[in-house]
Amino acid sequence: MEFTLHVWRQSGPAAPGRFETLSVKDISEHMSFLEMLDLVNERLIAEGKEPIAFDHDCREGICGTCGLMINGVPHGPLGLTTACQLHMRHLKGAKEIWVEPWRARAFPVIKDLVVDRSALDRIIQAGGYISVRTGSAPEANSIPVKKIDADMAMDAAICIGCGACVAACPNGSAMLFTAAKVSHLGLLPQGQPERFDRVLSMVEAHDREGFGNCTNHGACQNACPKGISVDFIARLNRDLVKAALTYKPYEITAV
Amino acid sequence: MRRAVSLYRTSVGKKFYMAVSGFILIFFLIAHMAGNLKMYAGPEAFNHYAEWLREVGYPLLPHKSALWVMRIVLLASVGIHMLSALQLYLQSRAARPIGYRQAQDLSFSYASRTMRWGGVIIAAFVVYHLLHFTTGQAHPDFRAGDAYRNVVLGFQNWWVVGFYTLTLIMVTFHLYHGLWSAFQTIGANHPKYNPIRRPLALVLALLLFAGFMSVPVGVQTGLLSLQSSIAEKEAGVFHGAPIHEGGE
Ligand code: HEM
Ligand code: FES
Repeated sequence: MEFTLHVWRQSGPAAPGRFETLSVKDISEHMSFLEMLDLVNERLIAEGKEPIAFDHDCREGICGTCGLMINGVPHGPLGLTTACQLHMRHLKGAKEIWVEPWRARAFPVIKDLVVDRSALDRIIQAGGYISVRTGSAPEANSIPVKKIDADMAMDAAICIGCGACVAACPNGSAMLFTAAKVSHLGLLPQGQPERFDRVLSMVEAHDREGFGNCTNHGACQNACPKGISVDFIARLNRDLVKAALTYKPYEITAV
Repeated sequence: MRRAVSLYRTSVGKKFYMAVSGFILIFFLIAHMAGNLKMYAGPEAFNHYAEWLREVGYPLLPHKSALWVMRIVLLASVGIHMLSALQLYLQSRAARPIGYRQAQDLSFSYASRTMRWGGVIIAAFVVYHLLHFTTGQAHPDFRAGDAYRNVVLGFQNWWVVGFYTLTLIMVTFHLYHGLWSAFQTIGANHPKYNPIRRPLALVLALLLFAGFMSVPVGVQTGLLSLQSSIAEKEAGVFHGAPIHEGGE
């Protein structure tokens, strides 16, 4: 394969960035997108140039570390696929390939295509936990969970936190991520004690990090490599309104 | 009250107020559209209906009191709707200071991309519309109490009809996305009912478009005219409802 690669280069968080245009030849269509970038980097290094910085870890679509805007679509044109699982054959016929970092105030660029996504971690810290009984693991069937709830909790838990929803959202909102995390725990019996505190704190953290407001465009669902549904956002909204209007926080009483 | 304010402080809460005020405005639009269709029942019926709006609740309530309650509810809804829209727009604009060079629109529908500028067009229209048919300053020949005549004369002007049509197209987009979106916002989602939310929004948006458009189209095609009203006037029939106050 042969194409023109336009890639965002930025030497540091405060440095001004620009697109670099590279003419790329001899790429096998069986390479993954990241392998293509590896090869381009080796060639850049051989020429004594600075390689392109990009994030990646598992390269099997489960860790959520890779995240690239490829030709205007998070993780590229193939649905339900992370950038690391995208192969060059899926871009067959593309004469030009544009690669950009996720764009959001809450995701500052560290270098080139690498952004700082710790804002998502801070949303998790605000409420993505449950009170657990410490000690040995409980007997598996001691807490019954309805099949439908278990399934839905799994559908939410599948979020890998890659940030594609933020990248795709015209509002730069992280509501699909937040909703997946809130619902994942809020659907299970173990997650009930903190259910309403959780949604209040996590939405507050979401707003504090500088993400935008969800206006139900639905771009996040279409961009999500795990296909998480905006139904979870409706569920979060319902929980948040209920929490804000009726929920009474536990009184902490001295023993 | 404290809780209502703390709800509004969150982004999701602002959106909730936007959805609830949007629902109130939708109910208003449905009633308004149904009332407009009274134009087809002739000048007498329409003017009588316009007069009745001022008298609802009388003699239990004073003249125009129900009308004023409605006006205050509507004004508050429009105020909350626009304030939350503005604040959320500013929040979202700040969330992406640097945009993409290449970005494909992955939204479910194009209508969702028209909400903000479409809303501004609707707001501008509402101001004009009130000056046109309610207070009369923007009307070439306004006669208080003869709403039928004011409407027919008003819609004989093609650019008035043009602005009206443009606004209705924006309203149709606004409601196609807005009604569905409002269900999402208030958390009205259930696997059983989710598939009907889109069609419901589409049907309602199109019904409102057709109903509202039928009046200017009726005037432009001559279906609605002053003819009958003039003929009857010569026969000594007075259509203007009794005037209680100037400019109402
Ligand atoms: C005829 C009057 C109007 C009706 C019936 C109406 C109805 C609605 C509804 C139902 C929503 C959805 C709320 C949600 O997503 O939860 C909405 C959203 C919105 N409205 Fe209105 N609206 C009207 C007028 C206006 C005006 C005058 C403006 C602004 C100047 C405006 C701006 C917006 C904006 C910015 C949104 C959010 C868009 C989004 O969700 O992406 N609307 N409206
Ligand atoms: S590198 Fe782990 S998901 Fe792509």
